[in-house]
Amino acid sequence: MEKQILIKNGIRNDGRGILDLRPIKITAGVLKKADGSAMIEWGKNKILAAVYGPREAFPKHAANPNRANVNCKYSMAPFSSLEEHGRSGPNRRAIEIGKVAKHVFENVILTNQFPKTQIDISIEILQSDGGTRIAGITAAAVALADAGIPMKDLVQGVSVGKVDGQLVVDVDKIEDNLGTSDIPVIVSLRTNEILLFQLDGMLEKKEIETAIDYSFEAAKAVRALQIEALKNKYVVEESG
Amino acid sequence: MIMNEVKEEFVKEMLKTGKRSDGRELLQYRKIKLEKGLLPNAEGSCLAQIGDSKVLAGVKFDIVEPYKDRPSEGVFQVNAEFLPLAHPEFFAGPPDERSIELARVVDRGIRSADCVNAKKLYLEEGKALGIYVDLYIMDHCGNLIDTAALAAMGALLNTKVPKYEEKALIRTEFTGKLPIVRSAVVSSFEKIDGKLVLDANDEEEVSSEGRLSLATCDGDLLCAAQKSGKASFSREEFSSLMDIALEKGKELRNLLNG
Repeated sequence: MEKQILIKNGIRNDGRGILDLRPIKITAGVLKKADGSAMIEWGKNKILAAVYGPREAFPKHAANPNRANVNCKYSMAPFSSLEEHGRSGPNRRAIEIGKVAKHVFENVILTNQFPKTQIDISIEILQSDGGTRIAGITAAAVALADAGIPMKDLVQGVSVGKVDGQLVVDVDKIEDNLGTSDIPVIVSLRTNEILLFQLDGMLEKKEIETAIDYSFEAAKAVRALQIEALKNKYVVEESG
Repeated sequence: MIMNEVKEEFVKEMLKTGKRSDGRELLQYRKIKLEKGLLPNAEGSCLAQIGDSKVLAGVKFDIVEPYKDRPSEGVFQVNAEFLPLAHPEFFAGPPDERSIELARVVDRGIRSADCVNAKKLYLEEGKALGIYVDLYIMDHCGNLIDTAALAAMGALLNTKVPKYEEKALIRTEFTGKLPIVRSAVVSSFEKIDGKLVLDANDEEEVSSEGRLSLATCDGDLLCAAQKSGKASFSREEFSSLMDIALEKGKELRNLLNG
């Protein structure tokens, strides 16, 4: 099998430059019943995030007298990938992603304001094209803000990958499949800290530091879109 | 619960004075012991101990159908069992998120570093060898990820490949040792009261706000990472922990090859 070249003269297979994000569109408050919700379209990814709570902890013995429990479920719809019909129900990958996503929100939500309750976050991947965990967490942050849940920061991130020997921002599916490394990062721009970090693929320390710098830079653009989405929810259309 | 709070207070008080509850330096591993090849029925095995934590890894081969996107490669899979005998809070049942995370982090380290040459596992059209590494958590006294990663790597380093004949495996005859391209190990750091400690014991783990696990491999490279728990880490912390993981990784790999 011949090796496919994905970057030519600094231009990626979909026409982006090394540091360019895919087009991102976020809409806040898309669901009626949920306490907070958001839809994100990030490249070809389409992801729905919703929040219920704070509500009474269930089962009761799981209630924490000092803070709210945070639950986070990440799941991919069986029709979400270009490949065969997926199995319904969470696989091992989905369980792991749900866990690290939960940790992000345990960090930023002011859980001590809501003792004995739980906050349930759902991230449903309707269509996937690489970078779903980052896009999903970015959408979930908007859904939490939409639900009015107090947080230390509105979080977001990007996935940096190594493709054709070069670090690139916001890897899509084909770059993830053919690239050698993938580093999803979620940051807090307010505290300048990293909240989610995963890595696979062999890299030098210097490359990882560059990838982290790239993620902080890209996060600024994503954050602006999140804020815009939240503001747009309250725009009143003039009726004629 | 109450005991955990007492332990937590003790661990944090000690750390304020720059010491750990078991007398170690902040960036010091407990005593590490490896025993390879202790299970003759398994194609590879290793018992790894870090302090009192014990993880047994067993390797078995099966004939499998290769993945569609990699038709000429074998399959590699890591599983973890948190045995009820390992800890009072471990119960029988399907793997929970903690055991899935552990297995996947160990798997990622070994897979990303291409430790096993998957192309060598190809047998014939539609058939390849599947390598299954099962991690048995036998005694949980903290830092199971690093212990399990050592057990898995140790087991792979002493794995023999069974003979393939007439579409079947002959498990009593071997074609040789499983070729290992390079070794990968994991070093995990816990953040307790803003301080970072390497190789936390179980009382330190209940006091911890979060963990950063860094997998390193030959060639001074990082090959996998996982941030877990609610704690956040700064760029400076990442930078210094990567240095320490690379340095400690060399020592761990020396132990594996020794």
